[in-house]
Amino acid sequence: MIYITIFIAAVFVNNIVLSQFLGVCPFLGVSKKISTALGMSGAVAFVLTLATIITWLIFHYLLEPYELTFLQTISFILVIASLVQLVEIILKKVSQPLYQALGVFLPLITTNCAILGVAILVIQKEFNLLESVVYGFSTAIGFGLALILFAGIREQLSHTKIPKGMQGMPVALLVAGLLAMAFMGFSGIVKL
Amino acid sequence: MKKNKFSIVLNGLIAENPIFVLMLGMCPTLATTTSAVNGLGMGLATTFVLIFSNLVISLIKNLVPENVRIPSYIVVIATFVTILDMLMQAYFPSLHESLGLFIPLIVVNCIVLGRAESFASKNKVFDSALDGIGIGLGFTFALGLLGMIRELLGAGTLFGFRIFPEDYGMLMFILAPGAFISLAYLIAIVNRIRKVS
Repeated sequence: MIYITIFIAAVFVNNIVLSQFLGVCPFLGVSKKISTALGMSGAVAFVLTLATIITWLIFHYLLEPYELTFLQTISFILVIASLVQLVEIILKKVSQPLYQALGVFLPLITTNCAILGVAILVIQKEFNLLESVVYGFSTAIGFGLALILFAGIREQLSHTKIPKGMQGMPVALLVAGLLAMAFMGFSGIVKL
Repeated sequence: MKKNKFSIVLNGLIAENPIFVLMLGMCPTLATTTSAVNGLGMGLATTFVLIFSNLVISLIKNLVPENVRIPSYIVVIATFVTILDMLMQAYFPSLHESLGLFIPLIVVNCIVLGRAESFASKNKVFDSALDGIGIGLGFTFALGLLGMIRELLGAGTLFGFRIFPEDYGMLMFILAPGAFISLAYLIAIVNRIRKVS
């Protein structure tokens, strides 16, 4: 039951982009087309779930027993950076089509604050390993949902006439604001 | 060729303002500007990291091999973020509490790594530190401004002082949508001003 609660909370109620402001950079950066948005969401889902597992293990079996928790930030970011590199190398070798679909987005993911953010949040909320995996994966789904919705709206926007000063970033931010307002409707459904 | 030292600082504040012009580091901008104090605090915290990481990276730029420069820069940045995290926990516990998760997340703020890569790795030590100050102040200015607007519209206060009665405040501006909408209009206004001048 708790897993369903975590899922709904992470996807809708506390949506990572629209209510926690993590991963806003890729959200604004790669949302011009639905196809790239899909690729980015796939890559994020993959890396986020994997990174959450590995950082959880490192924290609980390496940093905590040896009282090195002050190294949390440094060790997590190094793990994520090398994980992204590793995933890139493995994908290139194992699955060429998947690499072609996700490859371009992988280097961008290192600086996606959603990954490090979730890794730290999971520790703060004191989840166990399975809860962390569910939380990481559902967060990635929430990220994908917001990104694809946003990309769909932006594709339509390119056909509309927009006042000159609002073109580009301002109108994109306005749309994001409206989306955030829509997602506020979910607040209060479940509490985590 | 000697660049005017003052112009390096000014460059970060106006011509290459990280928020309004470069559009980097959006996550902390949107998340921490719920009040003027939080916005300024986050800006100054990032400035601290920017100055010292620029300084150290500029010092070690000739020692680090080309291939591993990004990971080594990240380690330098993460070190200063950890120091900052501890300092804030000790001296500004309430600010540390309200910024929370976004202090460790300075590591992945694109501005810090971006300046390290585009400025500190190519320029002299002193100039790099100045660039850190300039970009940091530009970031602080943008965050402070956005924080002031949101606090005023949302709660009717400015730095905690009451400007108009609480009943007229629009809570929306403190919550998530207000962040996006205020930043949208702020950037539109800045675009307009830059076109004219």
